[in-house]
Amino acid sequence: MSILLDKDTTFIVQGITGREAVNLARECLDYGSKIVGGVTPGRKGRVVHGVPVFDTVAQAIENHGSQIDGSVVTVPPGFTKDAVVEALANGIKLIVVVTERIPRGDVAEMVELADLKGARIIGPNCLGLIVPEVCKMGGIGGPAKDAAKSYKPGSVGVMSRSGGMTTEISSSLTQAGLGVSTAISIGGDAIIGSTYAELMPYFEADEQTEAIVIYSEPGGRMEAQLSEWKTVNNSRLPIIAFMAGKFMDDEEMQGMSFGHAGTIVEGKEDSANEKIKRLEAAGITVVERIDEIPDAVKERIGK
Amino acid sequence: MRFYEYEARKIVERAGIPVTKYGFCQSAEEARKAAEEIGGPVVIKSQVLSGGRMKAGGVQFADTPDEAAAHAEKILELEINGLMPVGVLVDPKAEVKQEYYAGVVWDGTAKKPLMLFSDMGGIDIEQVAEEHPDHVGRGHVSNLFPVGDYEAKQVIAATGVTGSQLNRATPILARLARLFLENDMTLAEINPVAELTDGRFVALDAHMEMEDEAVGRQKQLLRKDLGIAEDDTRDHYEPSEFERNVKAIDSADHRGVIQGKDHGFHGNLGLVIGAGGGSLTLTDAVRSQGGKPANYSEIGGNPSVAKACGLAKEVLMKDGVEKIAVMMSIVSNTRVDIVARGVIKACLELDRDPAETIAIFRIPGAWEDEGFKILDRYGVEYCDRSVSLWDAAGRAVAKIQGAAA
Repeated sequence: MSILLDKDTTFIVQGITGREAVNLARECLDYGSKIVGGVTPGRKGRVVHGVPVFDTVAQAIENHGSQIDGSVVTVPPGFTKDAVVEALANGIKLIVVVTERIPRGDVAEMVELADLKGARIIGPNCLGLIVPEVCKMGGIGGPAKDAAKSYKPGSVGVMSRSGGMTTEISSSLTQAGLGVSTAISIGGDAIIGSTYAELMPYFEADEQTEAIVIYSEPGGRMEAQLSEWKTVNNSRLPIIAFMAGKFMDDEEMQGMSFGHAGTIVEGKEDSANEKIKRLEAAGITVVERIDEIPDAVKERIGK
Repeated sequence: MRFYEYEARKIVERAGIPVTKYGFCQSAEEARKAAEEIGGPVVIKSQVLSGGRMKAGGVQFADTPDEAAAHAEKILELEINGLMPVGVLVDPKAEVKQEYYAGVVWDGTAKKPLMLFSDMGGIDIEQVAEEHPDHVGRGHVSNLFPVGDYEAKQVIAATGVTGSQLNRATPILARLARLFLENDMTLAEINPVAELTDGRFVALDAHMEMEDEAVGRQKQLLRKDLGIAEDDTRDHYEPSEFERNVKAIDSADHRGVIQGKDHGFHGNLGLVIGAGGGSLTLTDAVRSQGGKPANYSEIGGNPSVAKACGLAKEVLMKDGVEKIAVMMSIVSNTRVDIVARGVIKACLELDRDPAETIAIFRIPGAWEDEGFKILDRYGVEYCDRSVSLWDAAGRAVAKIQGAAA
């Protein structure tokens, strides 16, 4: 089992003729994903790795002959909101937004609209999600042969604010023989479509998932929200967390920005150490070292 | 992007929120004229992107234009928290009956702007929220539907404010929420909103911050209305030579991204690491194992050999750097062989032995076999994904400590 994706999931790639998008499409197709169309306005009639390109999402759906499940949106930041709204207006229920540097007002607008439409957005500024040996939606894990090395089917759900660390952590779980049920790069921005807590009910309902690993960074209140969710809901799933960026708590680093918009330490509440305290108080295991994750998972699920 | 108070006041005014007649001045003479025009007692405020102006002596009151000029002269020379002011704001000393607070910030969990209002203005809103929670009204607004005046009214009424005060404060908070959304702000505060003795409500001070990602589409406001120059980056601090050099290398080539920072870092182990989460994790791992990083860097997005080489060279040339560690989480886009080529080239160009200089190379993933071949040729110690980020960092630390001993 898995969450959000299965072997029948169909999706399109909006912005498919872009350089990065062409690679992304190749990787997903090689992995076995069902990309049923691409959209780039003005490029109707082209073909990318066998995938027909259309001017609009509506045309892609018409060509497919039935509703399409998802879309990977990889268009420049100034066009992203319109592309996402187009997907939502055409009934698409799962949207992975790859694009970085989208102003949070635009993100908030997309997310509110998605809520009204009963759709889910993953990202922005993310690598998407993967169900090992079944489907990958986005650049997560890289080329199919590399993704196959890092991601083997198993019992652990992975959610990460850093795209690269999603693969690093999943690879360590794979090497330890635990494997991954579904791994999601949720994005590092201050406002994202799906937070840890918002994705937890899906994992909770997935019988294959026995534990959750999250990768976290300073900034934002997403960990506080997860801690609260864990406390309020009687979740069957043990959660193991790793918190990066502890060095930013140091006096001389305060107030500095380190790349990800989401890692700007805005106050004590958002610091790595404050987050660790809150997660632990909710019964979440916070490992000190990145290499301790697989053993901590084994311990919590009794393997 | 942060705004100076005089700019924030202009943004507020532009949104239809009443302000007192103020003057932005860059000399004592201008301040004297502004005080003359205003007539009566004035307040002179340092225009600096820092809090704690009052404590530092950056806010002074004056009864006459001469006194205003004298204060302005001193404040214009006064450094506050390491920053020099760009000017002073000369404002009438308002006859205030009551001070309020109005603010709008993002709530990342609700994914909506949050309006805040308090009838205890003029002081730190966080303190008010903690000590007098019943004096702070809150309410989210939609990102899709227009902000209604009634929404602001609900927030204000929750603090117990009623009568004509409620009706006068309402459009101020509603307009603040609208300008927040329209102008891509991450923070918009008026503190205090002042009820003057004549019953008028005005913004006496304002604090605004705009989302950096939105600067490109707010040109009308930034360039035309406020006259802010394109190259005005408003850094929180003066970039170091290392940071400037790395930035120059990054912008010289569009492939890949490198970032280097060294504020607060003074160690002997140079880091060529990345990206995003990997760099945070690795910096922590080096420090936890007793290592002393010389910098914080990020490298990713499939950089060219020139970029990897450029960053490695800058790191190696930094004072006190003995060795570099080249480490990343598993890569899929960035090519291992290209990074390997770049860092070895950097060593050779600086006449350093790569085997001695590179403490560890831990980048598993795309094109790793090709990369490992190159590293073998130069005798550089490397490892694959079976060695964790933690252990790789530990090996680098052990090696540099061995060298130092």
